[in-house]
Amino acid sequence: MKNNEKVLIKGNYAIAQAAINAGCQCYFGYPMTPQTEIGEYLSSKMPELGRGFVCAESELAAINMVIGAVSTGVKAMTTSSSCAVALMQEALSYACGDEVPVVLVNVMRAGPGLGYIYPAQGDYNQSVYGGGNGDYKIIVLAPSTVQECVNYTYRAFYLAQKYRNPVILLADGLLGQMMEPASFGENPYPEVDVSSWALTGAKGREGRAIYSCAPDEKKQIQHIYNLFRKFEVIAENETSYDEFEVEDADIILTAFGSMTRNIKAAMKVLREKGIKAGCFRPITLSPFPSKRINELAKQGKDFVVVEMNMGQMLKDVEYSVKGQSKVSLINRPCGEWLSVEEIVSSVEKMVEVSYAAGI
Amino acid sequence: MQQVFSIPNSMKKDFKYTFCPGCDHGIAVRLVAELIDEMGLKEKTICSTSIGCSVFLYDFLDVDCIEAPHGRACASATGVKRANPDKFVFTYQGDGDFASIGLAESMHTALRGEKVAAICINNTTYGMTGGQMGPTTIMGQITTTSPAGRNVDYNGYPIKIAEHIALCDGTAFSARVALDTVPHINEAKKALKKAFQVQLDGLGFGFVEILSSCPTNWHMSPEDAHKRVREEMMPVFPLGVFKDITAEVK
Repeated sequence: MKNNEKVLIKGNYAIAQAAINAGCQCYFGYPMTPQTEIGEYLSSKMPELGRGFVCAESELAAINMVIGAVSTGVKAMTTSSSCAVALMQEALSYACGDEVPVVLVNVMRAGPGLGYIYPAQGDYNQSVYGGGNGDYKIIVLAPSTVQECVNYTYRAFYLAQKYRNPVILLADGLLGQMMEPASFGENPYPEVDVSSWALTGAKGREGRAIYSCAPDEKKQIQHIYNLFRKFEVIAENETSYDEFEVEDADIILTAFGSMTRNIKAAMKVLREKGIKAGCFRPITLSPFPSKRINELAKQGKDFVVVEMNMGQMLKDVEYSVKGQSKVSLINRPCGEWLSVEEIVSSVEKMVEVSYAAGI
Repeated sequence: MQQVFSIPNSMKKDFKYTFCPGCDHGIAVRLVAELIDEMGLKEKTICSTSIGCSVFLYDFLDVDCIEAPHGRACASATGVKRANPDKFVFTYQGDGDFASIGLAESMHTALRGEKVAAICINNTTYGMTGGQMGPTTIMGQITTTSPAGRNVDYNGYPIKIAEHIALCDGTAFSARVALDTVPHINEAKKALKKAFQVQLDGLGFGFVEILSSCPTNWHMSPEDAHKRVREEMMPVFPLGVFKDITAEVK
């Protein structure tokens, strides 16, 4: 699957095949609905290609295996879902502190706790803000189609090595389980030179160590400043988003991941009904496109955040808008995706209320 | 004049041990470095380090090291080895790291027969945090979290690590050694060499548990601490080779 021909493929399989095409040399994973097909797919493909595959004893072990593998300069990944990704938070903090290029795919299900296998978007906070200790940031990419699952998997491996930082591909049960046409093409990203830091054995040089612990206070402080300078560079270079018909819009529907599909459809219906709606969709949830949202808010455009959680991305949109326009929320915690009709009628009610109040 | 003693090539030349005076870690690390030199492994070695008294291993050993979170050294070593089957990979962990918080990772690495070596320093206590009860604390032993002595009703029993690892089908070699006397140090080096060799021969998981003194947390002189290793630890944790598939073949 390396040409431009479109194939009908499930999101989970698309991620797995894209990882192979991106040069992922090792996969370490543990079953967890709704992402288990990724491991199943790779369990036959990786040995065929002479690459590494381990059914880890836990998600804890799986992500630490990834840390070991990627510290040697090879590409490796693990995949999991929400409550099991919670188990990996310690390792993500280490991976940031160690500056090792871990790639983690989270195909979200409902929470908190075990929750259930319904699709949901409740891991925005877990991904963007993380549950690990200390000051760190992870690059988070949110695909909305199976094609984007392919494209962003390629990008995840590239960004992880380019910046020596963990990357999360944040999909959800809907994307993981549905079939859609997608083409794989070639991995468009160049190979990153890892020779200055990768652990390859102390041949012709001194031993190298990759670690986050600095018993010297000044070194620890400097390390964190260095990390945050890197995050600034990432924000400058890699922040990405899509926007549709925002130029003349009064109200901008905002969503991430697969909810993007429904706000685009809702925007069209609202425009037919005479409501000037636009769409804004962050591709990188971290770094978050605050600057662009702020520009749009300055123009007096209101934002309606549509998400399958209790209002997690809402906080980042509010932070970006900085009180310059109105921010509202249309949401459901999990389960049946908010339909185009529901979004349209909710927006209509908001517009009516605003009109009645003379706002 | 013949030089009879020098710092092994695989140790850094400007290091300062963070180990307490009289602790056996220093001997263990030196044995590892000597073997890396003697077996010609330095250029292909990647060590997965751990959390605890061993945390600064990368400051002493002049080999490539990846820091693993507490208990995860065997998982990290698995990742290194699967990505680089031609490299020599080992972990260096304490008993808390290997057999308490990391027991799942340790056992499963042995069960998978990962071609890595693991070294576990057993000093019957959590040393780095100041002498709390650990998975190997022996019955009746007083620690800061077992002030009345380890008691079955409250604390259950210590784990016999080398015997458990020997039961795993993927283990090629498992032994328990001590560093209290010169003959024991020589035996320890032989066991470590075997644990390294089974990896190089692609036979499976190599494991050595090293009984170690902890004079600081035991509140003993180094000499008395070694006496305790002999008189109190060895009856509970007998020295010996519990599995050696190369011997079985012969």
